[in-house]
Amino acid sequence: MAHSHDHHNGGHVHHHGDHPHTYSQDPSAHNARMQSDDAYREGAVAQVEHDLDYYQVRMMALMNILREKGLLTTDEMRRAVEEIYGQSPAIGSRIIARAWVDEGFKERLLADADAACGEMGVDTTGINRVVALENTDTTRYMVVCTLCSCYPRQILGQPPTWYKSFPYRSKAVTDPRGTLKDMGFDAPDDVELIVIDSNADCRYLIIPQRPAGTEDWTEAQLFQLVTRDSMIGVGDPLTPEQLEEAVQASGQAG
Amino acid sequence: MEETRFHMGDRVRVKEMYPDGHHRTTYFVKGKTGVINRYFGKYKNPENLAYGGDGLPLRELYWVEFDINDLWDHQAGKKQDKLYIEIYEHWLEPV
Repeated sequence: MAHSHDHHNGGHVHHHGDHPHTYSQDPSAHNARMQSDDAYREGAVAQVEHDLDYYQVRMMALMNILREKGLLTTDEMRRAVEEIYGQSPAIGSRIIARAWVDEGFKERLLADADAACGEMGVDTTGINRVVALENTDTTRYMVVCTLCSCYPRQILGQPPTWYKSFPYRSKAVTDPRGTLKDMGFDAPDDVELIVIDSNADCRYLIIPQRPAGTEDWTEAQLFQLVTRDSMIGVGDPLTPEQLEEAVQASGQAG
Repeated sequence: MEETRFHMGDRVRVKEMYPDGHHRTTYFVKGKTGVINRYFGKYKNPENLAYGGDGLPLRELYWVEFDINDLWDHQAGKKQDKLYIEIYEHWLEPV
């Protein structure tokens, strides 16, 4: 049942069932208000806090029922949560760095991503099918799940909050270039931008373009350049200069 | 070669159905015409799985490619921009 958790959780976020909420279903109206109306923003924050309380209470009640019925122990639940949070985008970064240095591996990743992940010791059996897509000078991919929050968690960890947000999920398909711009990335005018709606059985991993000036870099060095967002397709990997700046900044902070 | 209902390059329309309950076909592609550009294989039917069923019979799953500007009344992107989305065979009809 590992596959179904996305869909079922997402269904709740999307429909709310018996739990009415105030968000408009019209993305443009929603965006306009988000930008112009402080009162609306405060209302939205209150709504999120209210929803969190609602789901936290519901989750705790469910955990108690499972415990009382002897279906799951506290320890089993703790281990499952730890497993979930043990997954991180670093798994994906390792795969991308390998693809950048090993053309044969990249070809296998594009042809059968599940098998290629297996070569790297990454278990994707919780995903029905992993699909890798390669950005080029002429084609760029970006991934969204408009229905809920489908995401290759075994490869990239838990999705960022913005990926699950209503504004991203609606604007990515109604104005993808504007969405990228919001996130600090300008897609070139002449590139073919392909939005992937991750709505069913496949989970997507974008192979970003290897940054210029890294021709003599090792796989371990390249790994540091691969950002989570570049594997979702909403940004580029770090440049060598950006990595240098980040290393210096963290050194100063430390 | 497995015999499939649709083939690469086929023009297809997403059926305009609004069944009660869980389904994975997004509203904004219903009634729209696109092109088959990949076949993923057969997968369990989420409309049945969602209610504790076995998901059988398996359904063919396709990637359908749309010009993103065909999906909306406004201009959503450049003329070359696309949306690819996974659609099960029973939601597709030939054009």
